[in-house]
Amino acid sequence: MSGPLLKLSGVTAFYGAIQALKGVDLEVAPGEIVTLIGANGAGKSTLMMTICGSPHARHGQILYDGRDITALPTHEIMHMGLAQSPEGRRIFGRMTVHENLLMGAQVVAMRNYAATRDMVFTLFPRLKERLTQRGGTLSGGEQQMLAIGRALMSQPRLLLLDEPSLGLAPLVVRQIFGAIRQLNRDTGLTVLLVEQNAFQALRLAHRGYVLVNGAVTMAGSGAELLARPEIRAAYLEGGH
Amino acid sequence: MVAYALQQLINGVTLGMIYGLIAVGYTMVYGIIGMINFAHGDVFMIGAFLSLISLTLLGAFGLTFVPLALALTLVLAVALAALYGWTLERVAYRPLRGSFRLAPLISAIGMSIVLQQYIQIAQGAKNKPILPPLPGGLRLMESDGLVVQVTWTRLLIVVVTLAVLGAFTWLVSATPLGRAMRACEQDTKMAALLGINVDRTISFTFVIGAALAAVAGFMFLLNYGVIDFFIGFVAGVKAFTAAVLGGIGSLPGAVLGGLLIGLIETFWSAYFSVEYKDVAAFSILILVLIFMPTGLLGRKDVEKV
Repeated sequence: MSGPLLKLSGVTAFYGAIQALKGVDLEVAPGEIVTLIGANGAGKSTLMMTICGSPHARHGQILYDGRDITALPTHEIMHMGLAQSPEGRRIFGRMTVHENLLMGAQVVAMRNYAATRDMVFTLFPRLKERLTQRGGTLSGGEQQMLAIGRALMSQPRLLLLDEPSLGLAPLVVRQIFGAIRQLNRDTGLTVLLVEQNAFQALRLAHRGYVLVNGAVTMAGSGAELLARPEIRAAYLEGGH
Repeated sequence: MVAYALQQLINGVTLGMIYGLIAVGYTMVYGIIGMINFAHGDVFMIGAFLSLISLTLLGAFGLTFVPLALALTLVLAVALAALYGWTLERVAYRPLRGSFRLAPLISAIGMSIVLQQYIQIAQGAKNKPILPPLPGGLRLMESDGLVVQVTWTRLLIVVVTLAVLGAFTWLVSATPLGRAMRACEQDTKMAALLGINVDRTISFTFVIGAALAAVAGFMFLLNYGVIDFFIGFVAGVKAFTAAVLGGIGSLPGAVLGGLLIGLIETFWSAYFSVEYKDVAAFSILILVLIFMPTGLLGRKDVEKV
């Protein structure tokens, strides 16, 4: 159990001819909340997707729990204990909330389903009320809760959370961030969090990385990064 | 007159069920990978030929108990046609995934020609008749000297279709495999992020579509008693019309569209002209495409990348 749960070294990725990641090094230790902040188009979501093999990294290496997952197909990676709540939520709009949660539990044994679902309902009681409703009819905040809940249904060791606060009311954001903190503290869930809302993300996270144009320019503890004047200028002031 | 219309209704529903079973295969494949599998009608034809060969062989081996022969034939035709469907996707479509949009379509037309020519060479170009294995039927009424009857074959078609569609609906709506299919249909990338093997799910879709087409081929053979290598083309285009009429991508729409096309074709033949029955079906295709491109039960927001 020593060593990082996730380790990226020299990872590059391309979308067609465009290089989105230019040699990223990053580590997440077990039990940590690590956040990745950066401007729009810096490559944060690409990094999250590259970890899951969609697209595959062109150079470099991605280790998960000591195993090289760089070249594995996405569905195999997702059987290893990672889950992602992706950018734009991507819930299944024509499936019910219940079916969306079942989809999340696809990779684990059904006997744990009820217990895991109850845990998700404790975090997000709204999902329980909406259980038979179609995903597409939920509000933005509820859809975000569903996206996170669906990811949790696979009982992951590492949760990749992409922009959970995007477009949500401050009250809902606080609720979701509270849920992440609670999961981390109570179950030891490891979290890699991408956020534009840098202030809240850095306060929540143990450590952070700053991504600029596809490369990591700064790294440090959440408090350290919060105190850096260039971070304040670029991501915090005039922000939230 | 009522008797005549009632008989047409029975005939139309039977034909419509055959179209509906084929149409489901078109609409399922379209839903999941956004292409029209133009070789699907030929898988139906293969299913009919497999049924013919199986019935003939079982007869030659002295199996005279008709229900058992029919059941064995259905299972055999479905299993082998499913293998055809699986192979079709692996050989002709999967290598072209991610290519330009027309590529798999052209490949499908090519596979359609390959399958037709293959059967023409292997089985001959002439009509292949069978003796009706289920003669007779249920007399419903008699008026003006006209007997309205449901033949045992038609009754079998209706019962088998309903059973197969019931099982299929259960598969799609309540099993993990069906959920995976629907997930891939809605968002392939997200399905993969949840651990779904997308390639395998697409393979399953082709297998199930081919199996349903084989059921239709089996029943077509029983109903008409004669087949040739070209039946897949006409039935395929009509089932495609049915899928478009019902709303391409919609499973209930495919069945509804199939029933409507079957009924329209039958009543058109009965009251106007048999020669122009195909014109009726294809006029509907054109009208639907012009005035109602999303079909009866289709979604307005269908947009495939």
